[in-house]
Amino acid sequence: MSDIPDLECRSISKSFDTFKAVRDVSFSVPQGTFFSILGPSGCGKTTLLRMIAGFQKPSGGDLLIKGKSVLDVPPNKRPVSMVFQHLALFPMMNIGANVGFGLRQRGVNKTDVTKQVERVLERVGLGGVADRPVSSLSGGQKQRVAIARCMVLEPDVLLLDEPLGALDLKLREHMKVELKQLQSEFNTTFVYITHDQSEALVMSDQIAVMNHGVFEQVGTAKELYYEPNTAFVAGFVGEANRFGATVDGKTGDAVHMVTSYGQTLLGLNAGHGLSKGDKIDVFVRPEAVRLSRKSSDVAGMENSGQGLVENVLFNGANSQLILRDQMTGAEMNVALPQTGEFRDLKRGDVISFGWASQQTRCYRAGIEK
Amino acid sequence: MSSDRSKLAFWLLMAPLLIWLVTLIILPHVGMFLVSLREKVGVREYETSFANYAVFFNEPLYWNTFARTAYMSIASTVLTLLIGFPIAYYIAKLTRGRTKTTLFLMCLIPFWVSELVRTFGWMILLRETGVISNVLQYLGLIGGPVEMLYNDAAIMTGLVYTSMLFMVVPLITTLDSLDDSLIEAGYDLGASGFSILREIVIPHAMPGIVSGCIVVFMLSLGNYLTPILLGGKDSLWFTGLIYSQFITRFNWELGSAFGFLLLGLSSLIVFVGLKLSRQSLGKTMAQ
Repeated sequence: MSDIPDLECRSISKSFDTFKAVRDVSFSVPQGTFFSILGPSGCGKTTLLRMIAGFQKPSGGDLLIKGKSVLDVPPNKRPVSMVFQHLALFPMMNIGANVGFGLRQRGVNKTDVTKQVERVLERVGLGGVADRPVSSLSGGQKQRVAIARCMVLEPDVLLLDEPLGALDLKLREHMKVELKQLQSEFNTTFVYITHDQSEALVMSDQIAVMNHGVFEQVGTAKELYYEPNTAFVAGFVGEANRFGATVDGKTGDAVHMVTSYGQTLLGLNAGHGLSKGDKIDVFVRPEAVRLSRKSSDVAGMENSGQGLVENVLFNGANSQLILRDQMTGAEMNVALPQTGEFRDLKRGDVISFGWASQQTRCYRAGIEK
Repeated sequence: MSSDRSKLAFWLLMAPLLIWLVTLIILPHVGMFLVSLREKVGVREYETSFANYAVFFNEPLYWNTFARTAYMSIASTVLTLLIGFPIAYYIAKLTRGRTKTTLFLMCLIPFWVSELVRTFGWMILLRETGVISNVLQYLGLIGGPVEMLYNDAAIMTGLVYTSMLFMVVPLITTLDSLDDSLIEAGYDLGASGFSILREIVIPHAMPGIVSGCIVVFMLSLGNYLTPILLGGKDSLWFTGLIYSQFITRFNWELGSAFGFLLLGLSSLIVFVGLKLSRQSLGKTMAQ
């Protein structure tokens, strides 16, 4: 294995007339990585992927695959393959012909095509279906055929354009695990784009969070979740309570603040240099807040209060509690631990809550576009 | 009770169609078939026989004319397909929104004028003292006036022009339904433009190609005006033969037999065409 990354983008950008879809994005993906680009719709992730595949020409920057610039290489000659959003399996061909399509284009002889197609179909767990029509497959099986169709060509990079979007929830959960397994089995570099954070968090080695045509942050799932660099990432990855506040003072990285409701909180300076009087946005994850029936349990925490249960949103493991702080009237979303301790909690109950200053991330307000 | 009423509603709704079919298509054809079976043996004396059909096969002029008509119609169908396919592909896949509508309308506009007027238009362009001849003389490319009418090329031009729309419309419809990502996927998997056309675009467009070809072939075969006007008096076209049997020679018996032969033989050609392209009429019509 060499040090040359499979895919490298150097300040790549793309404009449509006056609209800049992708601005100066640079990143590199080492061999064998599952790299995700996560962002809301319209953030430019599809444009970026289509530039890598070769369907769109960048307005600026350079694109390298295995260290060689591919800007002048047309898509049918690039060593990348793409799994399309709606898979784009050819309905006029049977499964074997679909998977063998790329090999036939390369002029591989018939018996070898049949052999390789059968081998790759077996690898994705679909041996012996080559003669059947595409329409006889279920959604998840079609997915695997689409991946097999690309993998049989042994591309340097496999691009995936939200291929799980069309599946139902249960199958999507299942395919997440399966995709990750396939990726480590083939040991090919995957570049996966999605707007679904859980897909990105579960599968990826590296995730880039994209917004308005730029990468806000690139990191592992844990880094993005625990240490988001920007307010956008903090709000987009995972759930978060968000308050507006004003800085009251600073000691090192610790920020003293007053929220718009009048709460005084202690937080962590996570973004830009802040000074007294600055308007800030504060993010606290619902699952970072500790609940207790006794106020003494949370007394030691930097931020704490007494809340009135406004509502219990029961959703199994993802149940949530909407609390209203009795002192200030601020509303808070808190994850409800399903240990059984709070099973009989109901609307109108009063409960103590608290969270650490480390979990209170502060960003200068108005930075997020 | 309610099923009786829904039956009544069904027959009432079907009535206009049935009346149209029976009175305008089936009855005349039955009548024509009966006429075609009458052999004239004397003044106002007729016998039932296939003699009129035998005339067609025994007289080389007749079946040669039919063969020529069929061959020219097939050629014009192929030519229309070859010219129409790129146009349809361009309109369906490479244009969007207003441009698409405009181009589509431009294909349609010539059909607002009657076929007769359009054919005369071609005559004005192609005749000896016509526009093209004059322009070429003015440019000094040719010495004297040149006659471009009254030959097979002129007939072919007219036929292709007349039937273009009937090829382009079904093609645009089928090509429109082809997902762009299939073409991109083909390209992404290393296919050249030609193999994408051969393996993805054409198989997908096959129903449109077949239905367009059937319509264009039938229109060309049954065309009367274009071959007569652009091909001149000597151009032999099967519909012209039928016309002269009915109108010039008052031989309705032979004319009817020719009519039925045209119907039967053209159906046979379409059937063979469908078999060769491995399409079925049902599949094509469901399109």
